[in-house]
Amino acid sequence: MFHKEKSIQIKNSASALYNNLSVLRIAPRRLTYFTVVHANVVNMVSASWDGLNYSHRQLQSKEPNVATSTSLIMQAAFCVLPSRDLLVVSSQKGIQMYESDGSIMVYWHALDTPEAPTEQAVFARGISAVSDNYICVGVSSGAVLVFDVPSKGSNITLSEVLEEHKEAITDIAAECSGSQERLASLVTADDGGNVCVWKSGEEFQLLNKIPGLDITCSSVKLWKGTVLAGYGNGQIRLYEAVTGILHAEVNAHARWIYSLDVAPFSGLLLSAAEDSFVRVWHLAMTPETNSVEIAHLHNECVTDTQICGAKFCDGDGYAFAVTGYDLSEIIRYVQS
Amino acid sequence: MSTRTLPLLFINLGGEMLYILDQRLRAQNIPADKAKKVMNDIITTMFNKKFLEELFKPQELYSKKALRTVFDRLAHASIMRLNQASMDKLYDLMTMAFKYQVLLCLRPKDILLVSFNHMDAIKDFVKDTPSILSQVDETYQQLIEIYTPLSNGEFQLIRQTLLIFFQDMHIRVSIFLKDKVQNSNGRFVLPTSGPVPRGTQIPGLIRIFSCAGEELTRLQFNNGGNYSSAQREGSFEIFGDRVTKLGTNMYSVSRPVETHMSGTSKSSAQHTKVNTVPNPLAKEELNLLSRLMGGLEVQKPGSTDTGFRVNLFATDEEEEEALISRPDDLSYGIVNIQATKDQQANAELAKIMGEFTESGEQSPSASSKGDDLLAMMDGL
Repeated sequence: MFHKEKSIQIKNSASALYNNLSVLRIAPRRLTYFTVVHANVVNMVSASWDGLNYSHRQLQSKEPNVATSTSLIMQAAFCVLPSRDLLVVSSQKGIQMYESDGSIMVYWHALDTPEAPTEQAVFARGISAVSDNYICVGVSSGAVLVFDVPSKGSNITLSEVLEEHKEAITDIAAECSGSQERLASLVTADDGGNVCVWKSGEEFQLLNKIPGLDITCSSVKLWKGTVLAGYGNGQIRLYEAVTGILHAEVNAHARWIYSLDVAPFSGLLLSAAEDSFVRVWHLAMTPETNSVEIAHLHNECVTDTQICGAKFCDGDGYAFAVTGYDLSEIIRYVQS
Repeated sequence: MSTRTLPLLFINLGGEMLYILDQRLRAQNIPADKAKKVMNDIITTMFNKKFLEELFKPQELYSKKALRTVFDRLAHASIMRLNQASMDKLYDLMTMAFKYQVLLCLRPKDILLVSFNHMDAIKDFVKDTPSILSQVDETYQQLIEIYTPLSNGEFQLIRQTLLIFFQDMHIRVSIFLKDKVQNSNGRFVLPTSGPVPRGTQIPGLIRIFSCAGEELTRLQFNNGGNYSSAQREGSFEIFGDRVTKLGTNMYSVSRPVETHMSGTSKSSAQHTKVNTVPNPLAKEELNLLSRLMGGLEVQKPGSTDTGFRVNLFATDEEEEEALISRPDDLSYGIVNIQATKDQQANAELAKIMGEFTESGEQSPSASSKGDDLLAMMDGL
């Protein structure tokens, strides 16, 4: 179903972090950007579609002053809004927002870091664009920061802080099916496996809370009103977002899941875990019976690698890319 | 990231160090009484109350350089001496062993079981010496108190922090190569077979539910591996079967342990590393380090009768050759305190050494003690 293509070499190896790969497809320029986090550096590669041109860039987490210890980056993700694309980098010290090519930093938000280290680690993790003008970023305290992003310029402001989660945020996702009539626009997940569903707006509204059982939800997606959640015990679960009804449960992986992605136009689902496997699934919705089904399509094994990032490179799921801990390449697969 | 990583890193690396030294002492036929003294001295130093107090404070992980300095000191806490090449090799073995254990843990919280395996072995080394035994028991209590309440998510953060520390280390260890747990390119073998972690089901089952919660369909898929059900739970208490073998002594069978330097340095240079700063050691880290080192007792270097040298290589020639041929990017760049212009940090170190003497009284010659420490660190 899929076969391996030529890998893209990156300057540093990928760190073992959840959702450690972000992809931005720039059709007008026939380019795709990839970002992979290595400790305190974001490695960006711009790859031309003809496979002939690759250019690299590295972004570092901003240091307020040199003497303090390095700020490790937890996640880097592209945020696509109607009028602009931004690259958001979340670290131990704060949140940086760049133009999507990484050339200029347009916004910096510092986290409240205590004078001396505390038992609770402090960091920002979980990034998503939401609706037309928001970017949400999660924090280790469980708070979700909502930033209001104008169509251009650097006048980005913190519009709201959502305080529902009590444990560190792991991942955040927005409804990606493109349909406007969905009630739920955002889903947030935390270390304890709790998943919250929200409606965006001037004031975000909590629609539902799906409790976890101390099983971390490390990666989450929202598609056609369905929460797709990947867990530390290797399970994938599908919930109806607004009601919390469990549609399906899959014993998908033998180790902690690190990344989930969905191709919105075709309903393909990608899951990747520490067990070295990337799996492709198909989601089918039956609106009449209000049911959602999931079927297994394909496996890829990246030998001797704990996978930390997996993303489709396009909305149909024609190709996907994978990163692994200690691997200095982005592995690509294409449909046969 | 996680501020709780350092104690686990230290205890596990320390445990591996003791396994290796124990094996070398036996391989070199060091007299039993001297060997025992070395092991006891090192363990006493490792579990020194003041040192552990500093260690267990919430803090970020040290750089590789800084941690290496602590272990150099620890290895010299007794009458045993190690040359630079042997110390390098010892540290390579320690770090690759713990990297392997962290990678292969079935669940993040199994790192605690690995730590208990090391602690159990350390306890066995000193079972005949009640004073040291009580120090070790106290440390068990601390570990249980601090780590057993942590959630799975927090343990995964600890594991991710450790993996960043070990990133890009691919030194080949002959015992791992022989056992086929490491490939010839230095990467560890991650099997797609064996027991699944506790709490995880063998992959393969899809269950579809109705809106009312009844199971509508069951489907199976091929998981591509060869998994078996989870083993029983290991003990997280002071005593008990840990179940996992990770962290137990793999050197008990006397096998020469070699590391291979060639072919391990990556062609793409790392432009930036964690904790790399313009000075050899940032001021803040130096302060942290000096507080930590302040708790490490130093034995007076033994006279040539009682002191002896341990070699981690088969012959002296091999040891010398290893020192010369070690690739630059694999050198640990030991902290050279004299080289830092930071007078205040030097003074800090001297002060701490002055506060702490073997007899526990205030030392009148605080500055000379400080000089001893600096001189020793320079000599490493």
